[in-house]
Amino acid sequence: MIDQYVVALSTYANDIDNLILLIGVLVGFWLILCELVFFYFIIRFRAKDGRRAEYITGEEKSHKRWISYPHMLVLVCDVFIVFFAIKVWYDVKQQLPEPYETVRIVGQQWAWSFVHPGADHELGTADDIKTVDELHIEVGKVYHFKLESRDVLHSFSVPVFRLKQDAVPGRVITGWFEANGTGTHDIQCAEICGIGHALMPAQIFIESPERHAAWVAEQSPVTLASANQP
Amino acid sequence: MAESIPADAMHAHDDHHHTEQSIWSKYVFSTDHKMIAMQYMFTGMAMALIGGFMAYAFRMQLAFPGIDVPGYGTVTASDYNALVTNHGTIMIFWVAMPVLIAAFGNYLIPLMVGCDDMVFPRLNRLSYQIFLLSAIVLIASFFVPGGGFGGAWTAYPPLSAKSQYSLTALGSSFWLVAVALEFTAFLLGGINFVTTAMNARAPGMKIFDIPIVVWMIVVASILFMSSVGPLIAGAVMLFMDQNVGTAFFDPDKGGDPILWQHLFWFFGHPEVYVVLLPAMGITAEIMCVFARKKMFAYKTFLYTTFATGILSFTVWAHHQFVAGIDPRMANIFTVTTLLISIPIAEMCFIYIATLYGGSIRLTTPMLWALAFVAEFLIGGVTGIFLGASGADIYFHDTYFVLAHFHYTFFPIAIIGTFAGFTYWFPKMFGKMMNDTLGKIHFWGTIIPFNFIFIPLFVLGAAGQHRRIYNYEHFPELAGVEMQDMRVLATVSMLVMLVFQLVFFYNCFISWKKKQKDAGKNPWKANTLEWTTDSPPPHGNWPELPTVYRGPYEYSVPGREEDYFPQNVPD
Repeated sequence: MIDQYVVALSTYANDIDNLILLIGVLVGFWLILCELVFFYFIIRFRAKDGRRAEYITGEEKSHKRWISYPHMLVLVCDVFIVFFAIKVWYDVKQQLPEPYETVRIVGQQWAWSFVHPGADHELGTADDIKTVDELHIEVGKVYHFKLESRDVLHSFSVPVFRLKQDAVPGRVITGWFEANGTGTHDIQCAEICGIGHALMPAQIFIESPERHAAWVAEQSPVTLASANQP
Repeated sequence: MAESIPADAMHAHDDHHHTEQSIWSKYVFSTDHKMIAMQYMFTGMAMALIGGFMAYAFRMQLAFPGIDVPGYGTVTASDYNALVTNHGTIMIFWVAMPVLIAAFGNYLIPLMVGCDDMVFPRLNRLSYQIFLLSAIVLIASFFVPGGGFGGAWTAYPPLSAKSQYSLTALGSSFWLVAVALEFTAFLLGGINFVTTAMNARAPGMKIFDIPIVVWMIVVASILFMSSVGPLIAGAVMLFMDQNVGTAFFDPDKGGDPILWQHLFWFFGHPEVYVVLLPAMGITAEIMCVFARKKMFAYKTFLYTTFATGILSFTVWAHHQFVAGIDPRMANIFTVTTLLISIPIAEMCFIYIATLYGGSIRLTTPMLWALAFVAEFLIGGVTGIFLGASGADIYFHDTYFVLAHFHYTFFPIAIIGTFAGFTYWFPKMFGKMMNDTLGKIHFWGTIIPFNFIFIPLFVLGAAGQHRRIYNYEHFPELAGVEMQDMRVLATVSMLVMLVFQLVFFYNCFISWKKKQKDAGKNPWKANTLEWTTDSPPPHGNWPELPTVYRGPYEYSVPGREEDYFPQNVPD
């Protein structure tokens, strides 16, 4: 459903898309059924000369089952949806697989800055690569991110990953993603953060291992400060 | 209990026999529930025009970025934020609340339960005065240095708390004061509604003889009064963070910004039901009258409402799945959120079942009531996508959310209001509205409405996030197809706004006596308000009515007429 509009490029994107499809099918069924019955009744029971409306209290069991059976079926659908929603949620937000690398993401009014671990795969060392509005990752590897904010709430949103997480000042929020296809795509700020909210686009560069290694090699921390500041 | 009329109301009743009132005491400082209802109604409609104008300005900016919007001018980024913020705030707090609860509640409760006025008439007047003050403060917030508040109607700190982030030091404080005043006004109103419906009913009106719309307003008032406390406390804390230097929500000094989100949504979610229930009640009244049917399973509907009310206090954090709360909490709130779909679905089933076997007359109010159900169903089912935590990761803060809640709030605040207004217009003004103009207005509103918001569902599915004044910086959102959909939504909105002129013209010519007199009971309805003159005199009835049966005895077998008013003895 969603990949018609936005490509799916993370390992969990398809799970989220399938969940949305499942919900779409179930609620679509109920919506169409209700609307059909509703419009059928409106047409079928239009006022006609000489016909009186029926007197139905709806309090008797034989009447009530017309609403209580559908109501139980709705409950069954809800249980299905809850089960799959929690399963997907657990995989995306609760169960973090072992990372290959960890990146630091900092939101501020109005830019994203990223700290990549560099050649040694460790954050907090001298070869860390700092960028603004550009996140470079390698396809097929599990990344953790440590999300922070310097001022107000921001929200780190990568539609192609189906990932969204608010950044909250005073907290470091950990999450994960693993890309399964290369390309360059939008990173949005999805939480209003002041008058520059629309001026906070960033890009994610999902690269093949060779290209990523080349990018890491060409970014020495010394040249970076001048090269990447807008 | 039904016989007792409080002393205050008795006293007010004595006043009714006085001679002509001055214009001042009749229209401005009135304690008459019907006049206060009209004050709320017309203030609410005036605010709806302001909120609609804001929507016009920012939708024009979205469809045609950078143009000089006729009647507004260029919409800058800070203008845009202030417009969307105040559009949301106004439409919920200054349109849906005053019109659906305060206006219809004030007008209908005494007339439908059969008493001469609210039990606390002066409290009622004070409620409106505070409300009017709150509206003035809100409008004033646009004209202070720095301009109006632009941190979204949810006002999440630190953006709303610190002026160096929001750049609207005075605007944010004015906004907050206006909201707090508005809540105070409705607390006073709520006490009045509950007390009047419970204690001032006409002799013979038992608890299950109360019309559904009165029940709905009572339950809504109880929900409002029980949920608003934390938010008023939160508003005071936020105001002190803004102006005194406290740090309730400031992480640098040990506060927590997420605390505000909990306080806000603990109120904010029940608030949805606060405005939804009266609209559902209005719809139920109208459907019974124009299907000439007894309401299907009145008691079940009522118990379902209570269940909805209680559950509505347990779902608030579904607004915060990705806000940085403990991810395990999302599981609990997914379960409660999906559970609340059950009573709401049941209420929709009851509406549909009520139509079965009816003798349906498609008058203008009936069209609005049916449209409420048809459109609200779409709003209801799309909420499931957002309540399911796994799917909300993608949909959170996209236009899908926006389209979803407009499919609930538009039926509530606009369709519900037009349904109630066209249905009770003959009672309020003693004249019938023109039915042809009414239907032109109906179709001219409903068709464009769908063409505004269905494109926004698609944009949301395509990942378009909210509150962005110009998408040119996002390559994946700046494409031609997406811009075409934004234009479609905006053009549909313009068409819809133009058709509202038909409504005002219809009101005007109907009121100017071009239409026939309504008489006491033009729709042949059962409830008590149709047993008095149109418009009802001060004091409502020369002698208060006595009630013999429930409100929905239509098409009773063995009776010649197909209605059986509540006050007619067997």
